[in-house]
Amino acid sequence: MSDKKMINLTIDGQKAAVPAGTTVMQAADGIGIHIPRLCFHPKLSTAGACRVCVVEIDGQKNFPVSCATAAAEGMNVKTNTPAIREARRDIVELILDNHPRDCQICEKNEDCDLQELANLFGIRDLRFDGERKRYSTDFSSPAIMRDPEKCILCGKCVRVCSEIQGVNALSYSHRGFKSTVVPAYNMGIKDSVCIACGQCTLFCPTGALMERDNTEEVFKNLADPEKFCAVQIAPAVRVAVGEGFGYAPGTDLTYEIVTALRMLGFKAVFDTQFSADLTIIEEGHELIDRIKNKGKLPMFTSCSPGWIKYCEHFHPEFLANLSTCKSPQQMMGALIKTYYSDKSGVPASKMYSVSVMPCTAKKFECSRDEMDSSGFRDVDVVLTTRELIRMIKQAGIKFNELKKGQFDDPLGESTGAAPIFGVTGGVMEAALRTAYEVITKKQLPAIELKAVRGLDGIREASVDVDGLQVNVAVVFSLSNVHKLLTEIKEGKRHYHFIEVMTCPGGCIGGGGQPYPQGITDPLDHTLYNMRGEGLYSIDEKKALRKSHENPLIAKIYKEFLKEPLGHMSHKLLHTHYHARCPEGIPTEVREKNVNV
Amino acid sequence: MAVKCLEIKGREVREKFKEIESFINTEHKLNDNQGMLMGVLHKTQEVFGYLPPEAMDMVSDRLGIPTAHIYGMASFYNYFTLKPRAKYQIFMCKGTACYVAGGGRVLEKLQETLGIGLGDMTPDHMFGLNITRCLGCCGLSPVMQINDDIYVRMGPEKVNAILDKYRKKETKKKKASR
Repeated sequence: MSDKKMINLTIDGQKAAVPAGTTVMQAADGIGIHIPRLCFHPKLSTAGACRVCVVEIDGQKNFPVSCATAAAEGMNVKTNTPAIREARRDIVELILDNHPRDCQICEKNEDCDLQELANLFGIRDLRFDGERKRYSTDFSSPAIMRDPEKCILCGKCVRVCSEIQGVNALSYSHRGFKSTVVPAYNMGIKDSVCIACGQCTLFCPTGALMERDNTEEVFKNLADPEKFCAVQIAPAVRVAVGEGFGYAPGTDLTYEIVTALRMLGFKAVFDTQFSADLTIIEEGHELIDRIKNKGKLPMFTSCSPGWIKYCEHFHPEFLANLSTCKSPQQMMGALIKTYYSDKSGVPASKMYSVSVMPCTAKKFECSRDEMDSSGFRDVDVVLTTRELIRMIKQAGIKFNELKKGQFDDPLGESTGAAPIFGVTGGVMEAALRTAYEVITKKQLPAIELKAVRGLDGIREASVDVDGLQVNVAVVFSLSNVHKLLTEIKEGKRHYHFIEVMTCPGGCIGGGGQPYPQGITDPLDHTLYNMRGEGLYSIDEKKALRKSHENPLIAKIYKEFLKEPLGHMSHKLLHTHYHARCPEGIPTEVREKNVNV
Repeated sequence: MAVKCLEIKGREVREKFKEIESFINTEHKLNDNQGMLMGVLHKTQEVFGYLPPEAMDMVSDRLGIPTAHIYGMASFYNYFTLKPRAKYQIFMCKGTACYVAGGGRVLEKLQETLGIGLGDMTPDHMFGLNITRCLGCCGLSPVMQINDDIYVRMGPEKVNAILDKYRKKETKKKKASR
């Protein structure tokens, strides 16, 4: 930065010196002035769509938007004059005029950027009352719902879907008053190329894009005396639930959550971390098998359901490279309705299996047709971290005063390799800890593989396993995945094993995680680091830190599964994938619209 | 964004696709993908008469531009239509000059002869009837446009002969293709 030309400007009477190319908004941020904003996000391209960040600049007739105006030498910027305050208030009022006024019954109440701005600007009455857009809500997808009436056209969802995830499921359509953000051909989200990652739900400033709410369904089943409700919780959930109750991100509240789940009425509380350990055994053996028997390489991890759907949509040529292992959630689901059902004597038909995930795509995953190898749905319903927080609050549980609880046997014990599944690089680290020792029969020299940690989108490492150089890569965000896959196809990169996470930072940045509070934005590295550190510290505190050392894993193989990649494993823990054609463009839409 | 599962039935459609593809190939020499999108959509509408999803899929595939964004552009501009449209679009000018010169009577005659209202299409998809505001030649009013042809100093008595011209053109085409 030092070799860049410095620009001197004045903002609200304060002098500021910034490198050339800095925007007025950034310059103001640097000297302690926060200009209000709605459509701006530091990690996305600049749209200048909402106009909320207007400022006054001497010599300019109109009020330019500070997010898209470059600082210039000698500029005199005013961000807080009566005229600017009035302009901003009018802008927000005009947005409100075309927005449903149902804050009291909106799920996004108190988490809504628009509501916050209206409050901040002191808007106490609405002077504009015109025609309001009317659309029906799209409930087609099991994961994401879209309410175009609440959409304020800021375009953050369009940009995150395109720039971060490279999926491009959404775009603006039509114009003027009729503008909406829709999937191609105005089709339902279910039929579009959407991979259900839910990043859009984190970015949406209002309630236009949210997860499908399954809390009522779960409450109903919990109250049903005929049902035996079992629940599992994912690693990343335990370091994020606290954010809904005033704890700092990354606070480990595993055992408080267990107590809360029991108070909600769950009869059995299991830990997805147990099946994460199991995944490592199965996936590790699959990798060893592929390397030894010249199977299809590189092998990709398969725990992230958004990535699986993305691969099925956009890169079916890599389907054979996906590990056939089900995700830990689905493995646990299958075991609850077989192994645990046998042990407890509760028939699987009476079981209602719930999982709490940091993820919206898991809602889609549990609804996949093939996920019923136990003879029943592996998992009946998925709740996001946000939904769990709502349920705990609704049930009147004083979360901050809870005593610690314990997971149920025999699916509740896990090693330190499991919690790190929730952070990018963690599955790779866990897999290498086990694969190294299984292959070499020697103790791993250093248990923490720092090379695969961090928040760079694509990371690679090479591990010496008994003379064999195993090349691995870790990648998150599907735009990075696309880049990596393209380079693999071009022969520029060669790997044995690749960990893919759909969401930035891994599951800790999942689409079902709590909305970032205060000034933290989604994609904020500080937030991810805090949640990630929470998971790494759980790992550090465990006496056993390698999946194959988990005594319950040894037990389940002895009693039930027999051997890794064996007959029982194949039936319950592995799955298959299929190209989803046409690429999110439904046949019925095609047949209806074309007279050919 | 490939369209691997697209089944293009029938020779006629395959040929239309080929025509658009060869247009893309010539454009490639002059323009980048994003830059040529507008032109390619124009061409597609010219070939199909409207923008069918299959054609947009194909354009998406060839240009590497996501379908959602192509749909966004197609729905933005008034010129593009997402529904099948009549082969011959009649635009009768209802601007002030044309109206004063008797354009209204021509419009009545058109509605009566075709048996359709404004914005509608004849059952054989032959004619569609719309109004427009000023085609920029008020001195020659009343003015009517059919696709790219302009008819000036219109009167109700000219309507039948003009429509017949297009009907004959179509019969000829049909005979030739047999």
